Amino acid sequence: MADSTITKDKPKMVNADRPELKPIEPLVLQPQTYETISDTIGSVILEKPQPPGWWLSVAGGFFFVCVLGLSITYLFVEGTGIWGINQPVGWGFAIINLVWWIGIGHAGTLISAILLLLRQDWRNAINRFAEAMTIFAVACAAMFPLLHAGRPWVIFFILPYPNTLALWPNFRSPLAWDVFAISTYGSVSLLFWYLGLIPDFAMLRDRAKNRAVKITYGIISLGWRGSAKHWLRYEMASLLLAGLSTPLVVSVHSIISFDFSIGIVPGWHTTIFPPYFVAGAIYAGFAMVLTIMLPVRSWYKLESLITLNHINNMSKLMLTTSLIVCYGYFSEAFFAWYSGNQYERFMMFNRMTGPYWPAYWMLLFCNFLVPQLLWSARIRVSQWPLWIITIVIGIGMWLERYVIVVTSLTRDFMPSLWGTYHGTIWDWHVRGHAGLLHFLYGALHPLPADDCRARGASYAAQGHGSRALSEG
Amino acid sequence: MHDSHDNGPKVFGIVAEYDDPDAVLKAAKLAYAEGYREMDAYSPFPVHGLAEALGMHKTRLPWFTLAAGLTGAATGFLLQYIGNVWHYPYDIGGKQVFSWPMYLPITFEATILFAAFTTGFAMIFLNGLPMPYHAMFNAKNFDRATSDRFFLCIETKDRKFDAHKTREFLQRLQPKPLDVSEVSE
Repeated sequence: MADSTITKDKPKMVNADRPELKPIEPLVLQPQTYETISDTIGSVILEKPQPPGWWLSVAGGFFFVCVLGLSITYLFVEGTGIWGINQPVGWGFAIINLVWWIGIGHAGTLISAILLLLRQDWRNAINRFAEAMTIFAVACAAMFPLLHAGRPWVIFFILPYPNTLALWPNFRSPLAWDVFAISTYGSVSLLFWYLGLIPDFAMLRDRAKNRAVKITYGIISLGWRGSAKHWLRYEMASLLLAGLSTPLVVSVHSIISFDFSIGIVPGWHTTIFPPYFVAGAIYAGFAMVLTIMLPVRSWYKLESLITLNHINNMSKLMLTTSLIVCYGYFSEAFFAWYSGNQYERFMMFNRMTGPYWPAYWMLLFCNFLVPQLLWSARIRVSQWPLWIITIVIGIGMWLERYVIVVTSLTRDFMPSLWGTYHGTIWDWHVRGHAGLLHFLYGALHPLPADDCRARGASYAAQGHGSRALSEG
Repeated sequence: MHDSHDNGPKVFGIVAEYDDPDAVLKAAKLAYAEGYREMDAYSPFPVHGLAEALGMHKTRLPWFTLAAGLTGAATGFLLQYIGNVWHYPYDIGGKQVFSWPMYLPITFEATILFAAFTTGFAMIFLNGLPMPYHAMFNAKNFDRATSDRFFLCIETKDRKFDAHKTREFLQRLQPKPLDVSEVSE
């Protein structure tokens, strides 16, 4: 991995045909010293003016946040009647969006925790980025149960707290599990992210010229001074947190899938849901990381830290998880037929040919056909085609949840109870929150871009013991 | 043997500065072999083996995690048991009230929640943070300790510390430090 250099225009895939994730080029492009890496990272935050793309993205995000604010206000005034939900479809866009966003968040935790435990050094340059995305994704997700409840001012009823009615939540319900899963996930992600940033805040404190900036970073870095004894505990804490987050991330989407699979509705009541949801989450999450990272990488000229190698690896992971998800689709269809259960068989027939057939076939197009392009090494590292693929995947995963929620609820057991569902304009407006993530992320982005661990990658790349720096 | 100035700031220790992680690791090992114990090294990223070279081999941190995890599991389970079995049992379709497998997801989440936050805070507090002021911040070039410099500091509170001998020891070290200087409290 030492001598292969790579230019932006002509990616030279040294071992593109090899399936294992071997670096095809150094993780940090040479020549880099500790100082130049700190410069590259530090200057993004402290010195450089924001590039035009950033302003454009923040402006776009701000517009969508305004749409979101307006829609939420109208929703709270009028109630959930402005949405398309009805009987029998009580779970509309709000639940679809919740599941979609939570899934996206999972990629961040996967990168920061699971890849740390697997000692995948290439994660170093992208983990902070992905962790920050997780936090914004979880924040977006957490908003939806609140909106879906229709009476957000009594949302605290879902929490176990002492009250004069002596009432408790029904802990046997998966909806109560969601509350614990999502709030634990959100707060542990935030903790993981902040702890990871402490040494970076210290670096910014030491590089800042402006006194107010220096004091701010001084406070949030807690006075970190890089003591070897502190690093020992810090590394131990990172390892423990990674070990705790790994089962956590798997549990969160499993619990979300229990919302469906514990019910008896045809198409929901299936044991494949937990693994299939978790794989879908990672799949959508990697797509979202790339959707945001590709532009940011070029705006901030981070090509030497986030290399084509990282992008290549993430594309391969996307392809792998896409295959797992497609196995899930296949298995759903197969067992609907094999079970011999007439309701399950009808459910699958209805998905494929009923009123929502375009959504089902679009989802297979987005999640099965399009990702097959990633078998091509050239496409895995071409920015524009890859960026478009990631967006298609994002849409595909949203459609997956749409199909699961809507086709099953509109036509379950009793034909006399069948109905139809379509999102109204207000459903789509609340969907405008997609911009929220971009806006917040764009506005706060300079913090997560930095990563002291990237310096470790350079140390490892120079042929020193790699374990020391594979995590921080 | 403390180096006491009658006036002026008290000396915290003597610092050797390096620009290479392997060099500071070697220096730490030599200083430990020489008999110095009250010392610390500073680096922009974790250098494997550095804390061990300074005589710190393990941390109590995992015990905090374990204790918190068990506390979390007990809290999560009892919360549900007390709420739904003892305090206010609901009869839902005649289902068993104490259906403990249904309590496992929340028990699990509570375990992780308690263990993760305890790990994070225990790491911070065991490290003595937050500590906005520390004598090392007075060291020359220490603002580069978070980007490209590595420091070894032998503190005055060490039994073997001697202002002249310690300084000479650090100056004669191989690999040679970029700089050796005194840092005041």
